[in-house]
Amino acid sequence: MKISTADANHRWGEQLFRYLCMAAVLIPLLILGILVLDTFIDGLERLSWEFLSSFPSRIAMRAGFWPALVGSIYLIGLTALIAIPVGVGAAIYLNEYGEQHWFADFIEINIANLAGVPSVIYGLLGLELFVRASGMGRSLLAGALTLALLILPIVILASREALRSVPDSLRSASYGLGATKWQTIRQVVLPMALPGILTGTILSVSRAIGETAPLIVVGALSYMTFVPSGIHSEFTVMPIQIYDWVTRPQEEFLINAAAGIIVLLMTMLLLNALAIVLRNHYQNRFR
Amino acid sequence: MLTPSPQPSPRSSGKDRGLADLSGARASGWSERLIEVVLWTCGALSILVTLGILYVLAVQTFAFFSEVSILDYVGDTQWTPLFADSRFGVWPLVSGTMLTTTIAIAVALPFGLLAAIYLSEFATDRTRSIFKPMLEILAGVPTIVYGYFALATVTPVLQLFVPGLQGFNALSAGLVMGIMIIPMISSLSEDALSSLPDQLRESAYVLGINPVKTILFISLPAARSGIVAAVTLAISRAIGETMIVAVAAGQMANLTMDPRDSVQTMTAYIVQVSMGDVPTGTIEYRTIFVVGATLFAMTFTMNLIGQRFARKVRHQ
Repeated sequence: MKISTADANHRWGEQLFRYLCMAAVLIPLLILGILVLDTFIDGLERLSWEFLSSFPSRIAMRAGFWPALVGSIYLIGLTALIAIPVGVGAAIYLNEYGEQHWFADFIEINIANLAGVPSVIYGLLGLELFVRASGMGRSLLAGALTLALLILPIVILASREALRSVPDSLRSASYGLGATKWQTIRQVVLPMALPGILTGTILSVSRAIGETAPLIVVGALSYMTFVPSGIHSEFTVMPIQIYDWVTRPQEEFLINAAAGIIVLLMTMLLLNALAIVLRNHYQNRFR
Repeated sequence: MLTPSPQPSPRSSGKDRGLADLSGARASGWSERLIEVVLWTCGALSILVTLGILYVLAVQTFAFFSEVSILDYVGDTQWTPLFADSRFGVWPLVSGTMLTTTIAIAVALPFGLLAAIYLSEFATDRTRSIFKPMLEILAGVPTIVYGYFALATVTPVLQLFVPGLQGFNALSAGLVMGIMIIPMISSLSEDALSSLPDQLRESAYVLGINPVKTILFISLPAARSGIVAAVTLAISRAIGETMIVAVAAGQMANLTMDPRDSVQTMTAYIVQVSMGDVPTGTIEYRTIFVVGATLFAMTFTMNLIGQRFARKVRHQ
C-alpha cells in the first residue's frame, strides 16, 4: 500500500504538534533555569561567610544577612510549632471522627476556600488580630501566628491525605484487639500516616519560608541591627531583607539581593530534600 | 504494637455498640471524649479564621465608608489617598490588577494547556513522572524571587526590544507571573484530559479523525469544565499575587492599559502602605482594608466559580 501525500502531511503535522506541546513544558523550565543561573552568577561574588554573619548596612559591600537568616529560622520554627499540632489535629478530626457529618463537610468547604485567599489578606488579619487587638506588637509571635493561619489549610489537606491512605482494615483489626478509638489512632493510624504527614507538613513549612507579603503587612522590620531575643522581639526574615535590597535605588544592592536569594533557595532546597529523605526512610521501614 | 489499655475494668456503658466498636464501649470514658473535643476544636478553628478575615475586613471597611462616599470609591478615577489632595477612586488599582492578570493569563494559558496536552496525551509514564514535578517547581519558587527576576533581568532584556518600556512596568511583572502560574493551569487541565474515557479518542480514530484534530476538537471541548476551573483559579491567584507586582510593576496608581507603563495593583498598594508608618485609625490606615476587602471579594468569586467547575470534573 502506498502512503498518500495527505497522510504524510498528517504525520508531519502530528509530529510538529507533539514538539510544540513538548516545548510548552520545556521552555518555562528553561526560562526559570536561566533566571536562577543568572541570579547565582550575580550573587556569588557577594556570598561569603561575612555576608551570612553580618548585620545590614548602608554600604552594600558590608551589608549582611545574619538577622534575616536567624529571624527566618526562628519564625519558621515557631510557625511549625503552632500550625502542625492544630493542622494534624484538624485532619484527624475530619478523617477519623467527622465521617459523613455535616460539620466536617462544612469545615472542608471552608478549608478549600481559605486555601484560595491571597496571602496578603492573612497579613491584614494578623495586623488587626495579633499586632493590634492582642497587643503583641510587631513581634515574632504575631508573625508566626499569622503564617500559621496561612499554612493551616495546606497542613490540614496534606495530613488528611496521609491519614486517608491508611487502610480501614487496620482500624478494624485494632478495635478487634480491644483498643479504643484514640488508642487506635495513636498507635496504629498515626504511625502509619506519619511519613505522609511529615512530608506534607515540611513542604508547607518550606513554602512559609518564602512568604513575604503577609509579614510586611504585620510589620516585620526591613532594617534590623540586632538578632531577635525572644518571641516578643521585633524581627525580619530573608524575603523581607531581599525585598528591601531590591527596592533600594543603588544598583549594587541588587547583588546583595541576589546573594540573599541564593541563601533562601538553598534553605528551601534543603528542607525539600529533608522531606524526601524522611519519606523514603519511613516508606522502607513499613514495607 | 499495642500496649495494654490503661483503663481498669470493662465498663459497659454500651453507647453505639457497633460491630467494629466492640471494645470502644469499654473506654468511652471522659478522656476519649476530651480528645475528641480537642480535635474538634482544631477543625473548628479554620472556621474562626474565615470569620476573623470577614470581621476584620468588614469593620474597617464600614469605618472607611462612614468618611468616604462609596460613590467616590467606585466612581472616581484618581487614587491618591496618601497625598494632601486625597482622592479615593479605586479604578487605577483595579485596572493595574486587571492588566497584570491579563498578561499573566495570556502567557500561562497557552503554555499550560499545551503542557497539559503533552503530559496527558503524548508523554510516557516515565517522562510524565519527571516533567510533572519539575513543572510544579515553577509554582514553588518564592514570589519575591520572581519579583527580582522581573526587575533585574526581564525588564532590562525587554527594554532592548520594546521601545518606551519603563523601569517599572506591567509587562515584565505580568510575563513572569504568567510563568509562575503555568503549573496551576497545566495540572488541573491535565487531570481533566486524563479523566476522559478512552472510547472518546478511539471512536474519533475509527471515524478517521487524525490525532491532532481529535485533541483540539474532541478532547479539549470535552474537558472544558476542568480547563475553565483551571483558568478561573489561576486568575484568582494572579489577582492576589503580591510581591512580583510590588517589586517590578511599580507604585504608581495609573489608570492605563498600556503594558509598558508603571502600574500599581491592589496588592502592591497594601504593601506600599504597610512599608511606611501609617498610624492606626486614620483614613490612610483604613484604605488598606477597603482595598483588601475588594481584593477578597474578587478572588473569592473566582474561587467559587473555579471550585464549581472543578466539582463537575470529579462527578463526570
